Amino acid sequence: MKLVFEQSVQGRMAITLPASNVPSYTLQCATRKTQADLSEISEIDLVRHYTRLGKQVYGVDNGFYPLGSCTMKYNPRLNEQVVELEGFNNVHPTQCPCETKGTIEVMTNMQQDLCAITGMDYVTLQPAAGAHGEFCGMLLIKKYHQSRGDTLRKKIIVPDSAHGTNPASANMCGFEIVTVSSNKEGGVDIDNLKQIVGPDTAGLMLTNPNTLGLFDKNILSITRIIHDAGGLCYYDGANLNAIMGMCRPGDMGFDCVHLNIHKTFSAPHGGGGPGSGPVGCKQMLAKFLPTPIIGKQPTVEYSLGKVKSYCGNFPVILRGYTYIKTLGSSGLKQASQLAVLNANYLRILLQQDYTTAIDRICMHEFVLDVKDYHDNYSTSALDISKTMIDYGMHPPTMYFPLIVHEALMFEPTETESKQTLEEVAEIMHKISIRAKDSQDDLHASPVTTPIGRVDEVKAARQPILKYQPQ
Amino acid sequence: MSKYTPHTEQEIAQMCAKVGVNSLDELYADIPNEIVNPTINIGEGASQFEVYAHIKSLADKNKCYSAVLRGAGIYDHLIPPVVTSLASREEFVTAYTPYQPEISQGILQSIFEYQTQMCMLTGMDVSNASVYDGAVAMAEAIVMCCERKNRAIITGKVNPQYIQVAKTYCYAHEIELIIVQDKDGLVDIDKTTHMIDDQVACVVAQCPNYVGLIEDMASIGQMTSSKGVKFVYVFNPISASILPTPAEVNADVAVGEGQCLGLPMCYGGATLGIMTSTKAMSRRLPGRIVGQTTDNRGNRCFVLTLQAREQHIRREKALSSICSNQAHNALRASIYLNCVGKVGLVQIAQQCIDKSHYLAQQLCKSGGKLKYKGEFFDEFMLEGGINTVERLKEQDILGGLPVDNDTLWCVTEKPTKSVLDCVVEQYKEAK
Repeated sequence: MKLVFEQSVQGRMAITLPASNVPSYTLQCATRKTQADLSEISEIDLVRHYTRLGKQVYGVDNGFYPLGSCTMKYNPRLNEQVVELEGFNNVHPTQCPCETKGTIEVMTNMQQDLCAITGMDYVTLQPAAGAHGEFCGMLLIKKYHQSRGDTLRKKIIVPDSAHGTNPASANMCGFEIVTVSSNKEGGVDIDNLKQIVGPDTAGLMLTNPNTLGLFDKNILSITRIIHDAGGLCYYDGANLNAIMGMCRPGDMGFDCVHLNIHKTFSAPHGGGGPGSGPVGCKQMLAKFLPTPIIGKQPTVEYSLGKVKSYCGNFPVILRGYTYIKTLGSSGLKQASQLAVLNANYLRILLQQDYTTAIDRICMHEFVLDVKDYHDNYSTSALDISKTMIDYGMHPPTMYFPLIVHEALMFEPTETESKQTLEEVAEIMHKISIRAKDSQDDLHASPVTTPIGRVDEVKAARQPILKYQPQ
Repeated sequence: MSKYTPHTEQEIAQMCAKVGVNSLDELYADIPNEIVNPTINIGEGASQFEVYAHIKSLADKNKCYSAVLRGAGIYDHLIPPVVTSLASREEFVTAYTPYQPEISQGILQSIFEYQTQMCMLTGMDVSNASVYDGAVAMAEAIVMCCERKNRAIITGKVNPQYIQVAKTYCYAHEIELIIVQDKDGLVDIDKTTHMIDDQVACVVAQCPNYVGLIEDMASIGQMTSSKGVKFVYVFNPISASILPTPAEVNADVAVGEGQCLGLPMCYGGATLGIMTSTKAMSRRLPGRIVGQTTDNRGNRCFVLTLQAREQHIRREKALSSICSNQAHNALRASIYLNCVGKVGLVQIAQQCIDKSHYLAQQLCKSGGKLKYKGEFFDEFMLEGGINTVERLKEQDILGGLPVDNDTLWCVTEKPTKSVLDCVVEQYKEAK
């Protein structure tokens, strides 16, 4: 497909500015040597360009999107309607609070609702994404220990099954990472945890349900072990969609959490963002929260400062708030329960042809281990994923968690119907038959897409990162 | 209560039976009894129509001005209707990060085009796919530069919010941050030069700076080059179409806030952090980067690349944990730049210059005085003026931002001449 720059014709324009009606002024300083060579294109060509691009994108609106850990649920149209409201879009952040009462009320209400859902005392909406929330949460923990003169606590414990953002965020805050191994069910190995904790433990980062999609039954012991050692517990909210209304991170013993509004609370992901990663904390961490604090005021004399300009990704927050108001407490609970039911139903159907990493009732997601296909039929998790594309589905998360080598992580979410899941299982059955058929080569798939498999090695070894005119 | 789940009661029963449980609650047997089924005090849900009415009533509590003469980091520019329309296409809205290139070429190509546009604006070699906002972009740039040294200098009038965020990131990364005071609203180059020792990794300057002045970035770039430290240039994408590029003044990293490119002010929320660098620094850039390659049929195509920098590969060795960025806002900015095009962007920048200078001159003719002497782009600091800002509220105009006893005014291409004349009238009457 042509790049927009390849459609450019000198002299074309898609905008006409209003006449300025004031005298022209010439800057008395140096100007750039050459003009920025942006495209020159008519409005209709612009529209067709993006319409063509749009047709080469697969979103939740296009079909099944079981990307594990990403919670690709339906993005309600009501949410998209409210973010277009002028009243929210046309306010400047430095306006007097008396002129932005509506925006402030949305944020105040959202903070209260997220406190209730997570069992936390305070929430900040400032972080712009999940990883940004982790960064903010790790700073709360760093500040907490420092404020107590507890300066030897340099280590953050992270399971070997954790999302990559966890160790990266802890490292950004100057912590050393200690890995705790997983037990058979992907949970924290308690014996190993007991060996690791000590006076140098700053805290633990954990997601529960874990990345194998199982609820860690030992959660209360785990958080107690950390607390007894003087550390704090951080909850990665990536998997909260399994447990809304069923249990709360605060009750599990976590001191600090982040949530992903763009996962759990139905905000769309926009092809990679903007997201929103609110952070909740218990009372003893409140004085370290980023400023400004909206609504209920703790003293923030020891604030960690700011992690972002102003108050957060407001349109994403507004979508989440709209979703919460639409579903309410029973709706959220039911959403989680049906997410778990869907995952289990699909798991049972797929187990006819595939092996799950752990064979038991799961939460909102489960992991297939297709090592047998890899070893016996030279068909990898990648081959199966790429073949799914040919059947009109988005593949699951591949090769994660790292503790399962040929992992396919399915998260169907609650918004898929029984019929869709059955159709998926039928397709996965067909793929299984094809994988076992030596005459059929899944290495070639996908074949129905505008492009085939891409040469990623070439992209990295000879980087072309911008358009280069011939 | 509304819901977005398709399940009928009968289907739930059938599915439970297949899974081997008697009820939905039984799926949660692993949750300890002490903590299962808490009360969640958020009230019950409502129909979509009731929720819309509630949200609309909140939106109506905000005061939206018919004209905005305030910037300070968030700018009120004209947004062509086609930008909002195209960005709202549901595929762009409802897709995840483009991990599967075969069904994500639309997003990958749009990011590649965005990266190209950012390089065109800055003259730099490489752009990433965006970070959270301009302040975070500046903070991440400092972290990028601190490879073997751990001290950074911020100089001149840099946006105070950016400095606050940089302080947080530097606290986290254990980088020492030195703030060098400005001289008459501009970078004090001599003082900055004296602050550079063998532990200083980089010098950060913003142009146009927080009070609107155009800095002598060429001299700063010469100084940093001769001292062997990195130069982080905080730019404004609109003025970038006219001023010397960061590349022309030897910047190593150029970062900026992209909200002015077709994004609403929205209380400063959901903006766009632009990050570009030299080729030499590219492997220290945080976040997603899209590259061109070929597929197994020989077609040109695009894919996320240089991922060895990122958290999902490097884990605790990654420089940044960023995963989700501001992709959809980058798309919007890219559509905006294609819409206004090569000529339109310069016209917009020139109108910003013309209109802001017209207002400044008229205010000066009416007895006003600018706080600083230097050349400015579209923002200027007026001595006093707070009464005028108060009076303008009655005229449905958001006036300049009060900063201590002065006011920081911004005039984009959007306000009409009659709005500017009204400001001058009110200024005269306030005196």
